[in-house]
Amino acid sequence: MTAVRRYAVSAAFAVGLPVLLVLGWAVVTQGSTNLYLPSPVRVGQAFVDTWLDPTTLTRDVLPSLGRFAVGVLISIVVGVVAGTVIGSTPWLRALLEPMLEFFRAIPPVVLVPVLMLLMGIGDGMKLAVIVSGSVWPVLLNTVEGVRAMDPVLADTSRSYRIRGALAYRFFVLPAASPQIMAGVRLTLSIGLILMVISEMFASSSGLGYQIVFFQRQYMIAEMWSGTVLLGLVGVVVAAVFHLVERRVLHWHHGSREVERG
Amino acid sequence: MADRTALLSVRDLRKTYPSATGPVEAIGSVGFDVRPGELVCIVGPSGCGKTTLLKCISGLLPPSAGEVTLDGAVVTAPPRTMAVVFQEYGRSLYPWLTVGDNVALPLRARGVGRAERQRAVEHALEEVGLAQAARKYPWQLSGGMQQRVAIARAVAYRPEVLVMDEPFAAVDAQTRADLEDLVRRVWKDLGVTVLFVTHDIDESVYLGERVLVLSASPTVVQEDLAIDLPAERDQLTTRALPRFTELRTHVYEQIQAAKRGEAAVR
Repeated sequence: MTAVRRYAVSAAFAVGLPVLLVLGWAVVTQGSTNLYLPSPVRVGQAFVDTWLDPTTLTRDVLPSLGRFAVGVLISIVVGVVAGTVIGSTPWLRALLEPMLEFFRAIPPVVLVPVLMLLMGIGDGMKLAVIVSGSVWPVLLNTVEGVRAMDPVLADTSRSYRIRGALAYRFFVLPAASPQIMAGVRLTLSIGLILMVISEMFASSSGLGYQIVFFQRQYMIAEMWSGTVLLGLVGVVVAAVFHLVERRVLHWHHGSREVERG
Repeated sequence: MADRTALLSVRDLRKTYPSATGPVEAIGSVGFDVRPGELVCIVGPSGCGKTTLLKCISGLLPPSAGEVTLDGAVVTAPPRTMAVVFQEYGRSLYPWLTVGDNVALPLRARGVGRAERQRAVEHALEEVGLAQAARKYPWQLSGGMQQRVAIARAVAYRPEVLVMDEPFAAVDAQTRADLEDLVRRVWKDLGVTVLFVTHDIDESVYLGERVLVLSASPTVVQEDLAIDLPAERDQLTTRALPRFTELRTHVYEQIQAAKRGEAAVR
């Protein structure tokens, strides 16, 4: 009974504010004829009509999510591999670090026209936009995590002659994994933003394109429903990340709980 | 003169560190020989460079001068036949691996097959009294048990020389007594050569067959003392022996003299 109750309370907390906001939105837009402020019912209707339609789903939504997934995956793999190499090679790190900071500081949006010229306007360009912005958090965090390994554990690994691939698999990468996961979290949110941005220029399909299209056509409810969809995607991505992170870092959370007693 | 029967030889070992105010001499000149199967304790005043000395012996730190030889070969990197147990047990076990995997990893690095690894891990954990803990994570265990895991890892590695750097400095007194007896037992069961560094005078006399007293920094060997206590040692009776008291008093005086920077007391 208490478990059920606790579950109900936490669910009420999670859903409470969104429900209140939608209610507030409904009250404000009650009887409004303002084109730019459609009621939640109107937006909900637009959501169902627009985004659950099979054509839009297969033409715009799924390809966008696919590019997001591939872009983020490339960012994570490139970030972890390059970050591990740079982090464990002091001279390489000294050489590259100023340049990495420089590239990281460039807003990927300004790269879109350049990438369009270089790569055309296909999926490749869109992926490049996503990767160019979202690779940095995971890359720089991996460098930092690999560099800042515990000296006692490093001595232990050396004295037991744990080297090469085995050392990376069982020592270096696990030791850096809390930092890497913190980077992945940022990579995911930046990737989602860039997925939308990459579709806003010279594009004819995709979630970002559709939102801009609706905006230009004064289809305001449809536009807002696209924003709602993006928000929902963000929530799902965060939930999946949370599940993966709990699994990968179970030892980290476990040992920290023990430390706190 | 090199002892031909020595397993481990330390010859005129020196270590200096660069610092803002010029080079700091951590180890003046240390030399000693360890024969196969000996249990040697190294004791010295705090800050005398015990850990630095051990790191040089275990190939983790290059000496500034002099050399360490193991089995006649000069140590330039961590040797295959040596295992090290560190003081900071909490940081020398891999927290993302279970107790069993922690013990197995060095064997895996050496290319030992899965089945044999499994047997060695079980045997080693049994030796230290942790047979039931293989699937637990290190951080789920008490400090004393974590240090047992580190000892089991060293036991499973089957070294010729077991080097221990103040391994029990961070555990409580009762646990420490149990762990001391464990070290004596492992030493006898495995016939391994043990080099045990400690700052605890009683511990060095209780454990060792021989005690090397180090001077204050820059370190030299102040005295090389044979411990003529019975081979079977017991926390109650051995520590109550008049000879135990004599020896610990002697070592204590040596350490006091070392702190004052005097030569060995005769």
